[in-house]
Amino acid sequence: MGRPGFIFRNLMRHKARTFMTGFSVFLAFVLFGLLLALKQAFSFGVDLAGADRLITIHKVSLVQLLPIAYRYPIEQVEGVEVAAHFTWFGGYYREPNNQLPVFPTEIDSFLQIYSEFSIPPEQLAVWRGNRTGLLVGKTMADSFSWKVGDRISLASNIFENINGGNSWEFTIDGIFRGAGNGVDEFQAYMHYDYFNESRTFARDEVGWFLVKISDPADADQVAKSIDQIFANSPNETKTTTEKGFVQAFASQVGNIGKIVTFIMAIVLFSSLLVTGNAIAHGVSERTAEIAVLKAMGYTDLQALRLILSENLLLTLLFGGLGLLFAVVLTGALRFMLAKYLPGLALSGVQLLFALAVLLALGLISGLVPAYRAMALDVAEALSRR
Amino acid sequence: MLALLRQIVLVSWQSLLSIPARFSMTWISVVGTAGVVIVFVAILSIATGFKKTLNANTSTSNIIVLRAGSSSEMDSGFSGDQVTVIKSAILSANANQDVPVSAELYVVVDLEKKVTQQGANVPLRGVSGTASEIRKQFNIASGRYFEPGKRELIAGLGATAEFSGVAVGDRLTLGQDSWEVVGTFSAGQGVSESELWTDARILQSAYRRGDSYSAVYARLIEPESLNTLKNLLAEDPRVSAKVLPESEYYAQQSDTLYTFISVIGGVITLLMGLAAVFGALNTMYIAVSMRSKETATLRAMGFSNTAIVFSVLAEALLLGLIGGIIGCAVAYLIFNGVTVSTLNFASFSQIVFAFAVSPNLLVKGLMIALMISLVGGAFPALRAVRVPVAQGLRE
Repeated sequence: MGRPGFIFRNLMRHKARTFMTGFSVFLAFVLFGLLLALKQAFSFGVDLAGADRLITIHKVSLVQLLPIAYRYPIEQVEGVEVAAHFTWFGGYYREPNNQLPVFPTEIDSFLQIYSEFSIPPEQLAVWRGNRTGLLVGKTMADSFSWKVGDRISLASNIFENINGGNSWEFTIDGIFRGAGNGVDEFQAYMHYDYFNESRTFARDEVGWFLVKISDPADADQVAKSIDQIFANSPNETKTTTEKGFVQAFASQVGNIGKIVTFIMAIVLFSSLLVTGNAIAHGVSERTAEIAVLKAMGYTDLQALRLILSENLLLTLLFGGLGLLFAVVLTGALRFMLAKYLPGLALSGVQLLFALAVLLALGLISGLVPAYRAMALDVAEALSRR
Repeated sequence: MLALLRQIVLVSWQSLLSIPARFSMTWISVVGTAGVVIVFVAILSIATGFKKTLNANTSTSNIIVLRAGSSSEMDSGFSGDQVTVIKSAILSANANQDVPVSAELYVVVDLEKKVTQQGANVPLRGVSGTASEIRKQFNIASGRYFEPGKRELIAGLGATAEFSGVAVGDRLTLGQDSWEVVGTFSAGQGVSESELWTDARILQSAYRRGDSYSAVYARLIEPESLNTLKNLLAEDPRVSAKVLPESEYYAQQSDTLYTFISVIGGVITLLMGLAAVFGALNTMYIAVSMRSKETATLRAMGFSNTAIVFSVLAEALLLGLIGGIIGCAVAYLIFNGVTVSTLNFASFSQIVFAFAVSPNLLVKGLMIALMISLVGGAFPALRAVRVPVAQGLRE
């Protein structure tokens, strides 16, 4: 019988114990995977922020509006390629408490800024020509079962329509795909002209400008230049990199990362104890047997490797299954929770990290028992029988 | 029956006495259980604290009037004329008795959060007249109230603690104007303590809001006059407004986050709890197998199976209880009262709150610990008596 077979047989000797230990490792890593996905969701898509994009907001606060005319001076700044403006529409679909990211914008500058979005050309052409057209990200369209051509009405918590009331009519003209993990696919864009001409107040005012610059290395300089233009005006601006802005927003919500890390540490520590305990007990039960192996010519190192491999096989197998299950679960939850938590995702990097943690867990929890097996004195162990 | 009880007590006592001898095994299940309880209590204390702050110091006799169709003060709005209409409706709903009324403008200002040193949306509330009378436990904590008509503001205790530049004596620059912080206030640890307050008129001009307000707060003499007021406003074509009790308004704001955190906490606890059950099962199976000879001896001496089963369960429950108590104690010591601030998505502004490890949470934590140990102990307990006595003695 080869060594892998031997290790396997040893694990199968106490089926119940192996299964229970394995299942607790499995659960720990399902949870580990889900927590990583949760952490990702609360980074609010910071990894999607373009390095060549700046965001200009009102200095007093994000909710103060800026004159739309600011666009032209911004575009005159050296190093700026294009500036697009966006406004928070405060739109919702049937559930007033669940505001959706819907933004009025101008199509040409929008397309230049978000060159990573892919929109079928024929849909784009229709959207361009239709004043009340809405361009919707795939995740958002899926979660409300919207199809191209559907007529929908969104309500706004903020803007009333000149026709009276806060209901706004749209046609779904296009569905776009984003560049990343789905966060950017949970948004929608409407035509600024329709929005501006139909709203009852704050005409010609917009929420913020997204500025594309030619060289990311100049970001700080360009940001300064923009803010200087409007210094000492009634509407002073604050310009930051898009990444810095998203990070600042995430930190407004709170240090979710820290809380999640704290939970992960406890989960791993418990898992370490359970696995270590089970394997240690297995070794102490088999003292005599290991002594016999050594008497037959097993070296100390081989004994160590035997126990370590046993533990590694157990943890990697069940932990790996746990991670796999977490990936599947995240996929399902992401669709179900798209309305509330659009960024739920497990990236390749995160999975590699989880695997490294799993490997470390397998090694560390097996260390003490494996060392005990290695240091076992044959004569003494056999005489104890 | 009494004999059985005596047996149970005897065997259980004996097995409890032997726990220290098996310390290396048992502490693992204790720690595992404690871990679950810590995580459960910690997560739920966030939800509880948030809810507590939003619902503290709100009153059912206070009402808030918002623009129909708006979801919070942030996106509500009335013109000065409309506010006059609303005020007179409030007056007649209260049988023309004078009640405290305050038309308020709610905006946010970008201030640096001390912990993160990043900007955050801090609520800035312009109030008029009797705003501080409406909030029941409003008290000036230091300095003085702002003087109407001046660029002065007062800061809630939570806001002063969490954000830079709003301590008494600081000057705050909003646009081209500079404001002086002249005092701090407490408000029954409620949501107002996260806010900055100033004169509504001054704030209107600073934010160039003309003569507009976000909401009207008032105290009703009889809670029943709420419906009268609703009807009066519904019939008036000059305003489209919705009226709701202050308590309901803030309860709505806390609901989403409370549910969200509770669900996430529940899922995490469930998964961790299951993993801990397997840990406990392992521990108890090992404990039982280590004592199989002892158990068999007892049974040979005539102790009943029931007594043996109970002794194993008693051991498991005791370990679970210890784990639960450790978990509750650790969670309480680390988390209770820790003050943080988060973005309240409903009003898009910061709210300062403290983690609240309530007695209710601690009880739930202990229940979870006992449940884990009960399940983890039941199967090994049955195993202990299933082995034939003769075989048990030989092992």
